[in-house]
Amino acid sequence: MYEDYASTRLRAPKEPLIMLPRTLSDEGGPAHGRGPFGALDHDLTRQHAGEPLGERIIVTGRVLDGDGRPLRGGLVEVWQANAAGRYSHAEDCHPAPLDPNFSGAGRCVTDGEGRYRFVTVKPGAYPWKNHHNAWRPAHIHFSLFGPSFRTRLITQMYFPGDPLFEYDPIFRSVRDEKARRRLISTLDLDVTEPGRALGYRFDIVLGGRNATPKDQH
Amino acid sequence: MPGATPEATPSQTIGPFFHDALLDRDLSELAAPDHPGTVRISGGVYDGAGEAVTDAMVEVWQADPAGRFDSAGFTGFGRSGTRDGEFAFVTLKPGPAPGERPGEVQAPHLSVSIFARGLLDRVVTRIYFPDEEARNASDPVLSAIEDARLRETLVAKRSEDGLRFDVHLQGPDQTAFFGFRW
Repeated sequence: MYEDYASTRLRAPKEPLIMLPRTLSDEGGPAHGRGPFGALDHDLTRQHAGEPLGERIIVTGRVLDGDGRPLRGGLVEVWQANAAGRYSHAEDCHPAPLDPNFSGAGRCVTDGEGRYRFVTVKPGAYPWKNHHNAWRPAHIHFSLFGPSFRTRLITQMYFPGDPLFEYDPIFRSVRDEKARRRLISTLDLDVTEPGRALGYRFDIVLGGRNATPKDQH
Repeated sequence: MPGATPEATPSQTIGPFFHDALLDRDLSELAAPDHPGTVRISGGVYDGAGEAVTDAMVEVWQADPAGRFDSAGFTGFGRSGTRDGEFAFVTLKPGPAPGERPGEVQAPHLSVSIFARGLLDRVVTRIYFPDEEARNASDPVLSAIEDARLRETLVAKRSEDGLRFDVHLQGPDQTAFFGFRW
């Protein structure tokens, strides 16, 4: 529960969680990386006939477990708004243009060192109705499974230096400032493709033995 | 691995617009509907005002009928949206699976994750079966819950076309939700 994020008020459970013992049901987990995959699922800029509008970027990083070991063969799913800040989704009513060459959905599987890589465009900020003058910082949604049922994670990646961070209750719902910083990608010129796309690095660590206990919200 | 261990990436809400990325493929049938012995498990997700949550995603993870996880031909993973107000799975009833301690048996169950706009973390629950009274009574997770009302929220109800499992995120009817110690 984070009151400033209005949608949590009627949805976040209020009763304390019951702690699960370790059992096979949650020590294992769905492998769920088997596809089927399209050849361009990882390249959101080539899923249509033309190039999408906006700033082309590469987003890459490693997925690690709580002990720092790379997650191999893990499914990474992403979704995001287009460069104008609008989702290709029937229920997005933000009056920004839709881009016929951008759907904003992708998936890939991590390699032997836990690396994933997407080619996409930088999403735009967009207004939402949480509070007066509410705008979301640019972000890309990530979904990961990890090695077990316990490590399932949905999160959002943000871009460095975004002036909207301090006004965004979803970003700020992570109360610990150091933990919040782990949601921000890093501009990395080694990832950048000269003349084509800026590179951002975003490593993801799934919960595990050494994870910081979460607060209950 | 030597040196400092990395800190976990925090969870964030799934938001309202995940459908095209996560529900573009129908993963709600864990077994073909004409497979012998399938069971249909459906239900709604409700908020603290009792309103149906139509932008939730429900994932299940379960053993096969022999109690084995991720066996050949049966991944045990399913995913359903609630866009029409309900989630629904067609699956095979899992068998009893080993528990934490040697010799311990868990009653047949599905592990469940629920994601929705407004949930900063997914919520985790379990679906147990109403025709497994004896095994449910000795299940290590169920039997550790002292509150009978909470325990009852984890057992699906019989319905006209299978089983029904409603999830109440908040309020007096709140479903039992689980957390993990690492």
